[in-house]
Amino acid sequence: MKEDVRLMKGNEAIAEAAIRSGCDGYFGYPITPQSEVLETLMEMRPWETTGMVVLQAESEIASINMVYGGAACGKRVMTSSSSPGISLMCEGISYIAGAELPCLIVNVQRGGPGLGTIQPSQSDYFQATKGGGHGDYRMIVLAPASVQEMYDFVFDGFDLAFRYRIPTMILSDGVIGQMMEKVVVTRNRGRMSDEEICRQSGDWALTGRKANRQRHVATSLALEPAEMEATNLRLQAKYNEIEQSEVRYDELMTDDADYLIVAFGSSARIASETVQMARKKGLKLGLLRPITLWPFPSERIADLAARMKGILCVELNAGQMIEDVRLAVAGQVAVEHYGRMGGQLFTPGDVYEAVQEKLLKKRRH
Amino acid sequence: MKEELIIAGFGGQGVLSMGKILAYSGVMQGYEVSWMPAYGPEMRGGTANVTVIISDRPISSPIAHEYDTAIILNQQSMDKFESQIKPGGVLIYDTNGITHHPTRRDIRIFTIDATAEAARRGTIRMFNTMILGGYLKVRPVVTRESVFEGLKKSLPERAWKMLPANEEAVRVGAELIKEKL
Repeated sequence: MKEDVRLMKGNEAIAEAAIRSGCDGYFGYPITPQSEVLETLMEMRPWETTGMVVLQAESEIASINMVYGGAACGKRVMTSSSSPGISLMCEGISYIAGAELPCLIVNVQRGGPGLGTIQPSQSDYFQATKGGGHGDYRMIVLAPASVQEMYDFVFDGFDLAFRYRIPTMILSDGVIGQMMEKVVVTRNRGRMSDEEICRQSGDWALTGRKANRQRHVATSLALEPAEMEATNLRLQAKYNEIEQSEVRYDELMTDDADYLIVAFGSSARIASETVQMARKKGLKLGLLRPITLWPFPSERIADLAARMKGILCVELNAGQMIEDVRLAVAGQVAVEHYGRMGGQLFTPGDVYEAVQEKLLKKRRH
Repeated sequence: MKEELIIAGFGGQGVLSMGKILAYSGVMQGYEVSWMPAYGPEMRGGTANVTVIISDRPISSPIAHEYDTAIILNQQSMDKFESQIKPGGVLIYDTNGITHHPTRRDIRIFTIDATAEAARRGTIRMFNTMILGGYLKVRPVVTRESVFEGLKKSLPERAWKMLPANEEAVRVGAELIKEKL
């Protein structure tokens, strides 16, 4: 069969993949630069084909709580928004994490803080990987660097969410959301039945109590501290397992590299061109791209750091992922930051200059 | 083959859709493509630009440092992008509304009076495909057949009745473009 290749915006790819991944419900509220997710879903009218519910809620807070409700019923549910909207959802995300429910959240980041700008940014790294909401919780965070990955990570995100009963986030940005690239449209899986959910992730969902089983409760509330601590210990054990098994990253020309760039998402795309520019000029530069921002590829970065002369973190923010890189590197080598903020982008040439300035010049002094 | 192109002008001139047609044409020929808009809060009347990259190899950065070609459709874009063209590259512009003409000597400069011609023909909405035709005359990165297929792909079915007029505009654009010597 001939491959189904289409030209799509990242946001359109999210919508297409949602329907094809057997999503039961999407709940969202428009915000630039991700509005095409909801628009595309509305245009495709999946409620007439797969039965998927698409609903524009009255706010982001309502959206995430609808997701909470759908997730509790064992449904494949999702929402998407951009930075300020995700901030509004953080309370709900913490509740979903506490109640150990699966869901997919897409953040097509824009510049902040506050209402900020509508242009691309990566300044929600902290929010995505360190909490955002309250309590000792984690989300699995996937960082796509292409429109194809926007598509693929919807499938992966739902699978991970259900495997671990954990909220999973696709942390994208205005570059990947708005750009068009070729996408190979693959797979088409149906929505899951209650029985399939049980088979896949256990009998936990609120599917209506039958005579032969205990009632299921989805809650994040446990007033008894011992009970709440037990919940926390269970969560931590799960997070440990995820850290052991689900780390993903990609590498470009790291084998013989003297210097390393660490970058994710759109920054990694831009920096990969920088690596090629540097190689043409004889500078042995490599790139490590974390695909999962949590769990973070700390071990791999520590291994690589041992043979590097310098590391540059390239991010569209003031320096957020650099904190995790420095923890991983543990002082083996200097780790510098290069970034733009507020919706400004850098070019491959800008990153090359930063490599010269921050890694090479500093060493000479 | 790798073409890094910027199309820049006012919102409403069809800047983004011109890029989209070109990107689709690249897909039709089996090339890798990326289409990256500098999206803004403005719609009609504000500035709009899009970076289109067409390559026979996977595209690393969708953001270009310098451009092989710039298609410039207003003065603001001329001021911003003339300096970002690679030496030996191409600048194409519509003279309508341009008060400060380009001054670089290390690039090839072309003019295309598409605004005037489209107005004369009463087909102002074909303005962007006329420009596209001119561009392809100078930089034949994709075949005219691929462009016609790309046009069809990028237009919704209800607009297919406009295809012949658009195809004609591509042909007219190719005749309209002139090198500025």
